[in-house]
Amino acid sequence: MTTTTTTTRQAARTAKASVGTAKKIKNGPAIWGAYAFLTVAAILWLIPLLWAVYTSLRPKADTDRLGYFSVGGSYGFSNYVNAWTQGGFLTYFGNSVIITIATVALTLLFASMMAFAVSRYSWRFNVTLLIAFTAGNLLPPQVLATPIFELFKLIQLPYAISDSGSLLNQLVGVILANTGFQIGFCTFVLSNFMKAIPQELGEAARVDGAGVWTQYTRVIMPLTRPALAALGTLEVIFIYNDYFWPLILIQSGNRLPITTAINNLQGEFLSNYNLLSAGAVITVIPTLVIYLALQRQFVAGLTLGANKG
Amino acid sequence: MVGIPTLIQLVLVWIPTLASIVLSFFKWDGLGLSGFHFNGLVNYNFVFNQAPQFWPAVLHNIVWLLFLGIIGTPLGLLLAVLLDSKIRGSRVYQTVFFMPVMLSLALIGIIWELMYSQNNGLINNVLGTAGTPGAIDWYGNSNVNLFAALVAATWRHAGYIMVLYLAGLKGVDPAIKEAASLDGANGRQTFFRIVFPAMAATNIIIVVITVIESLRAFDIVYVINHGQNGLELLSVLIVEYLVGETQVIGIGSAFAVVLLVISLVPIVIYLSRTFRNQE
Repeated sequence: MTTTTTTTRQAARTAKASVGTAKKIKNGPAIWGAYAFLTVAAILWLIPLLWAVYTSLRPKADTDRLGYFSVGGSYGFSNYVNAWTQGGFLTYFGNSVIITIATVALTLLFASMMAFAVSRYSWRFNVTLLIAFTAGNLLPPQVLATPIFELFKLIQLPYAISDSGSLLNQLVGVILANTGFQIGFCTFVLSNFMKAIPQELGEAARVDGAGVWTQYTRVIMPLTRPALAALGTLEVIFIYNDYFWPLILIQSGNRLPITTAINNLQGEFLSNYNLLSAGAVITVIPTLVIYLALQRQFVAGLTLGANKG
Repeated sequence: MVGIPTLIQLVLVWIPTLASIVLSFFKWDGLGLSGFHFNGLVNYNFVFNQAPQFWPAVLHNIVWLLFLGIIGTPLGLLLAVLLDSKIRGSRVYQTVFFMPVMLSLALIGIIWELMYSQNNGLINNVLGTAGTPGAIDWYGNSNVNLFAALVAATWRHAGYIMVLYLAGLKGVDPAIKEAASLDGANGRQTFFRIVFPAMAATNIIIVVITVIESLRAFDIVYVINHGQNGLELLSVLIVEYLVGETQVIGIGSAFAVVLLVISLVPIVIYLSRTFRNQE
């Protein structure tokens, strides 16, 4: 039995290999064309980032003397130190962390509840709700911006909670706007994932006397973990990269997250490209770390959203 | 369990959308709920006939869509097809092309400023025009800055499309490709007649993404110059009337309704396809 399998496999492998070689020989020039195109494209793709890194490593005195398009002078991290201290990155990163973590946690919690309800129970308005949720995320956020701004402005909060007396100029406001906007997409993705979990599992739990909450927390959520991980990674990047809501809802510079604060850096570091590029690289680092560590999750999240349906 | 998410969605997405429509027919100072004055179609008359930036913005949104549709998206498809074949180092190439997708468009605007700057940018230095009167100010010249922004946006868009198509291509049954080549189809025929049509679901999503990205475009032009001087877009006009010095809520809302109506076209197409079988 084992031998047969092995032999068959080997045969298959040989067959595959020969097909592969045949194809490669047939497509010889085409393959080299593909390599050439991809390599040139990849180099072009890397240039903007490498140029930013290169510029950031050179002191302004050297680039003033030699020009930016030059080699020579000294190289070091002084621009990073200066950008960090002058740019107030610590505050911005702090704001980014608060906004990102809170938004992603709230979004995944509410979206998973919603997805659980519409995918595990048949209810009249399931599809209608799901359509409404999905459509909401597809709108350009600018369409909602004016009413949300006015709503947040008109909501009266005690000064003990909000120093602006409203939801404007508060991180909470940004978190709410982002959560509202992201729930639709996450519900759509999670409901597709949960639909694929066999209904028998829920039935078995019900027979054992599990209520709705127990099914959600003990049965479905543990099985949804891969989708939550992928979606969570994707959402962290989305929210960290969100530029729009803080731009509209935050007025004090020191409450901005890093992505929106870039605008101010541009003004502050005007014509000092060495500092500006260092600031840009500092801003890229968190996303790059997440990307390199969780690339698989991120790509899974992207395609999870796009391939179903 | 359904209540809280639905309430959030209602208060933060759907009621604001409806409020945009209502506000577009009113004159309102935004100071309280008392100062509403019905304004009929005055705001729309202003938008269509008087606002100097409206038609340029519409044109720029169309150019945005055409550029992504003709260059950005097909480039992503091409990268995906090349990387899906048995190419060595496919992972490395994928990582490179996908890297910009991780960056915010705001940051991309800044990174490309270092490329585009008139005298200090890489491009003019490579062209040899930097420092001469012939140096093009890529972000500042209103004849070229839209395309400069679009090249930067494509840098990100193509990688995004590539990833989606790589997933789409993996979903195509290899057997139909084999059958096609046994029938004597060459690589190009197999792709355009067999593989591409087999990815119908992915294709629809990519069309929708391309259209919606073009309508949403905002961050990059706002970072470059607040969307002026050749970079006007519908999304920018809404924001200008919201946070600008001349805050006119009714007119900003009328711009928002125009953008909403246009956006509903791809959204409805996408939703009706996605949910067709579920009713």
